[in-house]
Amino acid sequence: MLRPPDGFYRRLNPVTKLAIALCTAVLAFVVRGWSPPLALLVGVGLIVAGTHLGRAFLPFVLATLPLLASILLINTFLYPGATDTILVIGPLRATGSGLTVAGQASLRILAFALSVAVFALTTPTDDLLADLERRGMGRRGSFVIGSAFQAIPRLATRAREVADSQRARGLDTEGSAWRRIRGIVPLAGPLITGALSEVEERAMALEARAFSAPRRRATIRPMPDSRVQRIGRWLLVGITLALVLATFTGRLALP
Amino acid sequence: MTVLTLQDVRYRYAGASAWALDGIDLAVAPGEVVGLTGANDAGKSTVCLVGAGLAPGAIGGRLEGTVLIDGTPSSELPSYLAAQRCGILFQNATTQLTGTTATVWEEVAFGPRNLGLEVEAIVERVAWALRLARVEHLSGRQPDRLSGGQAQLVALASFLALRPQILVLDEPTSQLDPAGTRLVGETLAGLARDSGTALLIVEHKTDLLESLCTRVLVLEAGRIVLDGPAAAVLADERLAGYGVEAPSRVRLARALRSGGLEPDVALDGRPGR
Repeated sequence: MLRPPDGFYRRLNPVTKLAIALCTAVLAFVVRGWSPPLALLVGVGLIVAGTHLGRAFLPFVLATLPLLASILLINTFLYPGATDTILVIGPLRATGSGLTVAGQASLRILAFALSVAVFALTTPTDDLLADLERRGMGRRGSFVIGSAFQAIPRLATRAREVADSQRARGLDTEGSAWRRIRGIVPLAGPLITGALSEVEERAMALEARAFSAPRRRATIRPMPDSRVQRIGRWLLVGITLALVLATFTGRLALP
Repeated sequence: MTVLTLQDVRYRYAGASAWALDGIDLAVAPGEVVGLTGANDAGKSTVCLVGAGLAPGAIGGRLEGTVLIDGTPSSELPSYLAAQRCGILFQNATTQLTGTTATVWEEVAFGPRNLGLEVEAIVERVAWALRLARVEHLSGRQPDRLSGGQAQLVALASFLALRPQILVLDEPTSQLDPAGTRLVGETLAGLARDSGTALLIVEHKTDLLESLCTRVLVLEAGRIVLDGPAAAVLADERLAGYGVEAPSRVRLARALRSGGLEPDVALDGRPGR
């Protein structure tokens, strides 16, 4: 019942990919300078090229753009204490130090977002959960995580259904901001009560399928893992910790 | 010997003052296919929850009387043990599926895995359940990409994989179109014939009950008001008064007689011309 993964990166064990994503995210935010986020972006770019993610990757890139634009604008023009003006637009002054901070922050966020995107696009949730459960995570824990992931599209679908049915009864949810805000209340009520009722039904269905049985579940979907990957994971975590420690103690000064 | 027995059962939901079930006596023998019908709020779904040991076990409330699941009082059975004796299929197929599995095969394996079975036993049970529910061809499909009828059959297979002695089906076709209803109906008929699993089917669709059940009960306000062979109960003149529509065969016979015509064959229990 395995779905055949394609490509080297997709074939990696889910925990290996999780370790790569987490270490990338930590390094992107903690280690100072231009070179760490740039190096991470190059790494993520190589993975993207190798996995042929193509267009699937685009929404993740586009989603970061509003945040990056606001970071660039705010830091460049409003960075506190900066005096090295490089441009004046009316009452606003762009500063060199503000632009530097904004550029580094943008690269960090981009590296973080893209590493998470690579993980999400190459690792099915159920693969990760199956592997975590095999490693000893309780069935309740894995089910809660899996349900949380699955609940998002279900809630979105339900929200659309509720909105459509309320519109069919004359609710105006288009137009001015005030109209939209006023339309939220009759949408939120059915959405929340419907979701709660669904939770109760699901809970009963789970009980009816022996979910509370005390025995350990057999693994039916073994995820590929290898000695190389295990060593690689520990090395990656070790290097990340060392870099974080060196950054905090001031021993690491990268350009 | 019965697989499910309710003796003078009264049940009240948590926070409610009225009894949803008020003195129910019901016994289902191994392999028997029993239908249960009645108007909305008659207590049909409550019979399902009580019979499967979920009420009051999982949802609370107050139970009086005796509920025996395969000879053991439901109060002495933890829900995971009750699930292996009495399966329950709800109306809504989508809320019965876990939503966390990648394929139908894994969905059906969810229950046997919970029981802590070895992989070989899980594989054997899943194959058996998929075959019995006639959904072997769906085993590699994603559960959230199934039609309503297919999802209901996958849910059925998921409960069958626990190998219960009796399956309680709470309006299994209520959200299905005629094609989905026919699909589920044919599968249930095959299940009753081939597996020996007893079925307690709650349905408004009396045509379906007539085609599947040997015995039918009618519930009103938490009490059983009719109980007997399916043909006799479903042709009973009092059925409409209990908020139940007679099967199309019976309605046709009545329509013919009201027009002064006598059917050639016995359509409603009365001899034909």
